[in-house]
Amino acid sequence: MKRLFPYLRPYLPRMSLGLAIKFAGTVMDLFLPWILSYLIDEVVPLREEGKILFWGGVMILCAVAAVVTNIAANRMASWVAQHTTQAIRHDLFRKISYLSCSQVDGYTIPSLEARLTTDTYNIHQFIGRMQRLGVRAPILLLGGILVTLALDWALALVLIATLPLLGLLVYLISRKGVPMYTQLQKQVDAMVRTVRENISGVRVVKALSKEEYERERFHQVNGQVVRWEKKAGVTMGLTNPIMNLLLNTGLTIVVLVGAWRVNAGLMQTGAILAFLTYFTIILNAMLSVTRMFVMYSKGSASAQRIAEILDTPEDLAERPAPEKAESGEPCHVSFDHVSFSYQKNGYNLEDISFRLKKGETLGIIGATGAGKTTIASLLQRLYDADEGEIRIGGRPVYAIPAEELHRKFGVTFQNDILFADTIRENIDFGRGLTDEQVEKAARCAQALGFIQELGDGFQHRLTSRGTNLSGGQKQRLLVARALAGEPEILILDDSSSALDYRTDSLLRKALAEEYGGITTIIIAQRISSILHCDHILVLEEGRELGYGTHQQLLETCQVYREISHSQMGGDQYGQGTQSNP
Amino acid sequence: MAKEPRVTPETPKDRKGTLLRLWKYLCRHKWMVALALFLTVLSNLLALLGPTLSGLAIDAIGTRPGQVDFPQVFRYAALMLAAYALSSLLSYLLSVLMIHLSQRVVFQMREDVFNHLTELPVRYFDSHQAGDIVSRISYDVDTVNASLSTDLLQIATSAITVTGSFLMMMLLSPELVLVFVVTIPISVLFTRYMTRKVRPLFRKRSLKLGELNGYVEEIISGQKTVKAYRQEETVIGRFDHHNKEAVDAYYMADYYGSMTGPSVNFINNLSLALISMFGAFLFLGGRISLGNLSSFVLYSRKFSGPINEAANIIAELQSACAAAERVFRLIDEPPEPADRPGALALESAAGQVDMSHVRFGYDPGRTIIHDLSLHARPGSLVAIVGPTGAGKSTIINLLMRFYDPESGEIRVDGRELRTLTRRSLRLSYAMVLQDTWLFHGTVFDNIAYGKKGATLEEVSAAAKAAKIHSFIARLPQGYDTVLNEEGMNISQGQKQLLTIARAMLLDTRMLILDEATSNVDTRTEQQIQSAMRALMEGKTCFVIAHRLSTIQNADVILVVQEGEIVEQGTHDSLMRRGGVYAGLYRSQFL
Repeated sequence: MKRLFPYLRPYLPRMSLGLAIKFAGTVMDLFLPWILSYLIDEVVPLREEGKILFWGGVMILCAVAAVVTNIAANRMASWVAQHTTQAIRHDLFRKISYLSCSQVDGYTIPSLEARLTTDTYNIHQFIGRMQRLGVRAPILLLGGILVTLALDWALALVLIATLPLLGLLVYLISRKGVPMYTQLQKQVDAMVRTVRENISGVRVVKALSKEEYERERFHQVNGQVVRWEKKAGVTMGLTNPIMNLLLNTGLTIVVLVGAWRVNAGLMQTGAILAFLTYFTIILNAMLSVTRMFVMYSKGSASAQRIAEILDTPEDLAERPAPEKAESGEPCHVSFDHVSFSYQKNGYNLEDISFRLKKGETLGIIGATGAGKTTIASLLQRLYDADEGEIRIGGRPVYAIPAEELHRKFGVTFQNDILFADTIRENIDFGRGLTDEQVEKAARCAQALGFIQELGDGFQHRLTSRGTNLSGGQKQRLLVARALAGEPEILILDDSSSALDYRTDSLLRKALAEEYGGITTIIIAQRISSILHCDHILVLEEGRELGYGTHQQLLETCQVYREISHSQMGGDQYGQGTQSNP
Repeated sequence: MAKEPRVTPETPKDRKGTLLRLWKYLCRHKWMVALALFLTVLSNLLALLGPTLSGLAIDAIGTRPGQVDFPQVFRYAALMLAAYALSSLLSYLLSVLMIHLSQRVVFQMREDVFNHLTELPVRYFDSHQAGDIVSRISYDVDTVNASLSTDLLQIATSAITVTGSFLMMMLLSPELVLVFVVTIPISVLFTRYMTRKVRPLFRKRSLKLGELNGYVEEIISGQKTVKAYRQEETVIGRFDHHNKEAVDAYYMADYYGSMTGPSVNFINNLSLALISMFGAFLFLGGRISLGNLSSFVLYSRKFSGPINEAANIIAELQSACAAAERVFRLIDEPPEPADRPGALALESAAGQVDMSHVRFGYDPGRTIIHDLSLHARPGSLVAIVGPTGAGKSTIINLLMRFYDPESGEIRVDGRELRTLTRRSLRLSYAMVLQDTWLFHGTVFDNIAYGKKGATLEEVSAAAKAAKIHSFIARLPQGYDTVLNEEGMNISQGQKQLLTIARAMLLDTRMLILDEATSNVDTRTEQQIQSAMRALMEGKTCFVIAHRLSTIQNADVILVVQEGEIVEQGTHDSLMRRGGVYAGLYRSQFL
């Protein structure tokens, strides 16, 4: 919670003003029942109609003053909450945008999303409501108690005696009830999951005629939801009746004690009347205070989750290069005995080396989980290698400023994203490229054809994640995005898996013709996508199984030969064209 | 085709019909409803007695020292306590009763929705978003539940409280009741103004927050892309825009929304002031006792409460009605038509499949398959090839009768599909789909899903054949490990192997493989090749494949392009023809 105070500081004057106004308004609310009792006990016996009218008028004035000041104060509170939240959210999003990939992996994406949305929303509510209730409830509570003490201390003590009982009650019931709601939420999740499974698996369920089985499965989870909902409801339902009982018992005792004191001439009957009104006010204030505790615990949990991100130290800072000249012939991209582990417990990549000259292509092939994508991530320094050295143009990647480093790359990722924006904007991606660059990239990526068939061409709007495009169309747009910046190094991570063979080969041809100087790394599962590369790296479980050209690997690498055989068959069209071009 | 953002109508179209159907759900528990009403009336009447008794007690106290009628005061105080205690007890019983009642209704409603879901045709799921269906069975049913368990009671309570306190006040002092001639119109006008003003603002607030959430999800999941193109500042700029819109919408909703509390308070205070003033005059005129005035003040508080709340309750009822209508609309969706009378069960099919002059389209007027004829003898292999999104799965949909053709006939073993029961037809196929489908359950349950009473030996044999046994054996609880989305580290490929194992357990003569190995890496694919061959052995197979090398020895190859079947023949005949297939095949190895 402390971490958020600086955000409130610029608005302190306004907040104080709002709180002061709120204070005035709340005092007005407290005056009313007091005037009522004064009216009945002191003014009425005087039998002066003018005075009665005067005090009635004062009551109405107080009511008006209360409504005006309360509304004004509430609006100020909203204003402060609005501006504070905006600033917090901005800083949080900025921080998250600049987190390193391993930090994002550490927090996980859903958790970061929740912090930006649910948690900031909680904070927004919290700041707004705290300003409103935070003044009103304690003042009503304290003021109510003070006024009743002033009216008659004995009756006030009766009243005060019930308060701890009320507090204890609320505490006990929520301590029992809240875990039940957590349990209930789990059951609801299970129910939703069952429904989702049945929707996504409708074909399997129908094909195997498992409708009855699924109904039974749903019947079970539905029963569990209902069971916990009843349990929680029956427990929490105790609060109101018991609270009413306590309050009303208090009222009865007030009447009794009042009777004695009136009889003894210690107080007047009108005070009992006023007391009954204050009792309601104090009870409501009590309820507000308990609500504030719930709000505070929710708010501070959120604040803590936000602060945790804001205080995350910067990762992957630049480091100076060692004063060591590169050995061997100059090359554009090199991996030198690189090893890496995500969890730092057993290698995900082990002792990988390769060298690429400018304009050369490298194909990486291997099973899922073999470490293909990891190589690309290390090259872009999304993570730092644990051992070995990665160089671009002779400089270690950790010595190249992030801005300069990232400018060198054009990349398509596995599960890459398209945004809810125009096609042009999706290719340009905020880099301010010219129309020519965008169009050339779309043409080479074989995307121009389908773009032109859309009514509004490059201005066509995509839905979020590009759900209004086919898989192949999405991939082509992503390749276009990677090419459009005319990068030094192009990384295509499985970008061809959703392309049919024909488009795939046209893309490769266009790449060679129009973007000749680009050093390219292609990550693939299909031999046909990489067999033309200058170098091919065969990976298995993070280790190199083979390195060389297609022909060399066919001769030297058993695994490569097997893959090649299974994908192209012992077939005259495949192998034939390759061995006799 | 970017869709316009859908605006869901708030007001239900057929409110009467919806209420009637809700009522029917309640009617199944008639005696509970009756008991609930009885308890409501009783506990509220008791609560109404309170102020009268306290007024009587105050009158017994009188205004002068030494004149207190203690026996009377004690009597009334005891009565007060009894009335309040009984009222609390009744209201607790009532809330327990209502929880049970509403939970029974909700349970039944969810069962009805889900059971109906299992009867809906595949078409429904192809054309509706999963999130929408889920929100009907969870969120909408919950809304109805909340309304049933609280609003109904509240309405009953309010009605009793309002009429009760009104009567009591009339008894106490008809003249003072006139005060409400001033305050009630104010509160009615105010609530009407507020609902009209605030509702669109609150709707806008949720809309803007939804947009912000959508943007955040989009950007964070694409974080690597943003980084690689160093667009952090661009996305921050756009975020600021969404952020500003969200907080502004929140402020506007608050600006008006935060008026409600103080204003309701004001109306209450106004009544209090007016009542005190006129009450004082009446007291002076000797027309009301001090005790009665006190009772009147208490009743007036009770009276104005529900009236101020009326707007909220009406809004809640409206949204409950709209939710119920969405639920009922789902229940009213036409189910898969029943099997024809006299439809036969297909038993131990030989596996001969014929299609003659089949014509089909998902939307009427957009024909996808114009005239498809095909003969597959038992044990033959039919391959369907074509670029992504060309409509290869359509043929599978027709074979399994997920959809019916517009014209033409499909026969299995010479029997037209529509003369067979759906259940028996579907059970005579085994199927492995590209979308690996596993449910939240043990590995064993997932593999044995299609075969009732499968033994562990059978299941592990299938798993061994699909090369997934050793992976399962390494799991913490082996075959009893529960698969769930979050914690389990199971790859797409391993999921697909599990579904292949599932298919291996089935004893059928026909097999559908829809890109069955697309998620399996090449090495594993090689390893399970013999198992796949064993799976296909002796079965009539329909195979959709991306890698053309796998289907060269098919008996028939169907080439699909842009939803239409453009070529049909064997590998050799199609290569000789030099058309689309030959082009596709060659481009694989250019």
